[in-house]
Amino acid sequence: MSESKKTSRHDVIIIGGGPASLTAAIYTTREDIETLIIERGVVGGLAAVTDTIDNYPGFPDGVSGLMLSENLRKQAERFGAVIELGEVLSIHDEGNLKRLETTSGTMHARAVLIATGSDYKKVGVPGEQDYFARGVHYCATCDGAFYRDKRLAVVGGGNSAIQETIFLTRYASHIDLLVRSKIKASDVLQDELKGFIREGKVTVHLGTTTDEIIGDGKFVTKVIGTHTETGKKHDFQVDGVFVFVGLLPNTQFLDGTKIELDKIGFIKTDSNLQTALPGVFAAGDVRSGATMQIASAAGEGATAALKIREYLEGHTHPLQN
Amino acid sequence: MVKNITIFTTNTCGYCQMVKKYLGAKGMSYEEVNLDECPQRQAEALELSGAMTVPVTVVTKQDETQEVIVGYNLARLAPALS
Repeated sequence: MSESKKTSRHDVIIIGGGPASLTAAIYTTREDIETLIIERGVVGGLAAVTDTIDNYPGFPDGVSGLMLSENLRKQAERFGAVIELGEVLSIHDEGNLKRLETTSGTMHARAVLIATGSDYKKVGVPGEQDYFARGVHYCATCDGAFYRDKRLAVVGGGNSAIQETIFLTRYASHIDLLVRSKIKASDVLQDELKGFIREGKVTVHLGTTTDEIIGDGKFVTKVIGTHTETGKKHDFQVDGVFVFVGLLPNTQFLDGTKIELDKIGFIKTDSNLQTALPGVFAAGDVRSGATMQIASAAGEGATAALKIREYLEGHTHPLQN
Repeated sequence: MVKNITIFTTNTCGYCQMVKKYLGAKGMSYEEVNLDECPQRQAEALELSGAMTVPVTVVTKQDETQEVIVGYNLARLAPALS
């Protein structure tokens, strides 16, 4: 990984370093389009902090998120993509060039791909912020090891919640799974979960809201929930809570631009994955209508790269004017 | 000047890999404490960071002062290494 290949102008700048980004970079660099990726966190994005990915094609036995991310990175770098650690603060339209203000300075690009993905949403209940990293967590692969033989709660009922519950059984003595409505995870994950329910390692509480996270001032001691049908409150005595209740797009840096967002903040694109600002494209989990799957993100990255190539072919390089 | 660096990690932590890569790219050596392999040292990581999370990077300077960086936080890690 290169940390500081400082050129002020690039053919393509890709913001974010997840599967959509890295796939796009494989395609653009193979077309000899000079490409810089700017990633503020982990190369691989949320995929890199996912324990096992079982639904990415080509891996019959599944693949660890870390390994998949590492392989995508190596593949993109093999063809010449440069990955720089930093954060894009704003995008400005200067006609055929886009100006990006970043933590590493000002950069210009002929085309920009936004592939900043999403982060896990918070539940938004009292105690959640107070006990962040002291009992409230959003990354099982990072923080699960602190809960060896402890009791945990997991909040959520989607694929991430069930996948991470299964992962956490390797550490926790017991997990209360708090699901506001019903489990929406894939059948494969639900089948795997049933094994842990039979063993008594996981108890599922359907129709249960998470109302408050209580602690002793230092660490979490319990979670209070309510059964939505009976209205009855329940105390769950746990040492920690892992939250997986959906995703929020990483688009805050687009405030004030022409780029249109939907009501939640995901980026609207046309069928070419181009945003309302010509020359700026979006792909992966940050895009409105995305299916939030790693395979889809990779596919969108490839599509975006090909559409960017078409865009660049139709627009004269500003330095050639 | 940096005297030594210790990183608390786990096997599955993506952010830990990023910290290690960052230090590797800077040519800096470090001691890694893998909490999956040495769970008895969890309390030490917690005591240093005040948080139940990894990575925890402890940068010890020549004057024995320590800087503890929780997570993959380049804004704090980069100056701590300078």
